[in-house]
Amino acid sequence: MMAPTVAITGMNARPDNPGPGVAVARCLKESPEFKGRIIGLGYDALDPGLYLREYCDAAYLLPYPSAGDEAFITSLQAIHEAEHIDVIIPCLDAELPGMVRLTPQFDEMGIRYLMPTPGQLQLRNKDRLPELASHAGIHCPEIKTVSQVGFFYQCQDEGWSYPLVVKGLFYGASIVDSADEAADAFREIAAQWGYPVLVQRVVEGEEYNLTAVCDGSGRMLGEVMMKKMAVTDKGKAWSGVSIFDQTLYDASAALIKAINWRGPLEVEVMRDHQGRYQLIEINPRFPAWIYLSAGVGRNLPLILLRLILDEATGELPDAQPGVLFIRHAVETIVPQSEFESVIMNGGQHLS
Amino acid sequence: MDEHRKQDGSSAVLPSSQSLRRLAISESGFVFDPVSGHHFTVNETGLEILHHLQKEQDLPELLSLLGREYSVGTRELERDVVEFAGMLRKFIGD
Repeated sequence: MMAPTVAITGMNARPDNPGPGVAVARCLKESPEFKGRIIGLGYDALDPGLYLREYCDAAYLLPYPSAGDEAFITSLQAIHEAEHIDVIIPCLDAELPGMVRLTPQFDEMGIRYLMPTPGQLQLRNKDRLPELASHAGIHCPEIKTVSQVGFFYQCQDEGWSYPLVVKGLFYGASIVDSADEAADAFREIAAQWGYPVLVQRVVEGEEYNLTAVCDGSGRMLGEVMMKKMAVTDKGKAWSGVSIFDQTLYDASAALIKAINWRGPLEVEVMRDHQGRYQLIEINPRFPAWIYLSAGVGRNLPLILLRLILDEATGELPDAQPGVLFIRHAVETIVPQSEFESVIMNGGQHLS
Repeated sequence: MDEHRKQDGSSAVLPSSQSLRRLAISESGFVFDPVSGHHFTVNETGLEILHHLQKEQDLPELLSLLGREYSVGTRELERDVVEFAGMLRKFIGD
């Protein structure tokens, strides 16, 4: 493999809801085949990935997506001038729409990527999942867009009953048992992520996830499937085990074919008490548990990088079922000078 | 018709041999289902029954085999095996 400089976003890693960036960087850095450099990109000076010299060679802060495309690209251009970025791997849902809009500028700067088109991105929006699921022949709980809190006090009239799930368009999901709880969740999600807010019928069962890389031709490459064994208060995987289920494989392959997805993705499903898979979400990026892919012999960030660099991915080994991951929280010691550099200079070199 | 068999000839009580053959069974008694991700443990007798069920789907033959090995009444044995089979079906989602 060439020795590319790879910029990776999502360096946040709060234990209850970590971003995928640190895990993506870890997959690449620990691979003997990877000879390049990693540039960690975060949005907050307390994002731990900005200080992890074992995974990042340099780290920088970006303006939040809400600051607009111009602020983002100006900041990225400055980083590019300093680091000569070859490849960018976005890892957060909220930044994907902006990143996709900015791909012409990435092309001008000579930064390579594998991202969906704006149309593909919209097709997997949470409010359009039932339509997509139906097209791919998989079940999906009903989803409704809500713009006024009054809905929650009259929802029974429309055939909705508690408990139900209140979700943001990008992030955030709460299971609520009453109208008052729903109204609180609605206000919180709207304040953090904006409108619309979505409601989804609750599916009881066990959660399974699949992650893969797609080349834009409708093919699913290197799929890795996982059953959550323990979750945080926010429902994020704290431990999981690799599995292989042909039914989940077929359903995911049909979804990907339906939208000709390009880039990494995660399919989240619930297996209900009748044994049917119900589509919950499609995330347009690697999941935070992506290091399991390296654990089962399919280093998906490395496969993505090979695709981006037009290198052969080769024959992929079967993903070994029965491999567990157990997450843990680690304190990273940060000298004041490094924190100061991130605050005052917007970044630092780690190697 | 045999009360333990479905119309297609498969057992109405036992999990399908196809489902059982996918299980990774360790001699320690640790069992992992690579499709559902579930795991469970069995004792020595459970291990023997599992090995038998992976090869043979005949309940009367299994009861006869176990009856020769364990000094337990026929009805008690059948009740225990059916209960064990029910738990297995639940674990593997059969």
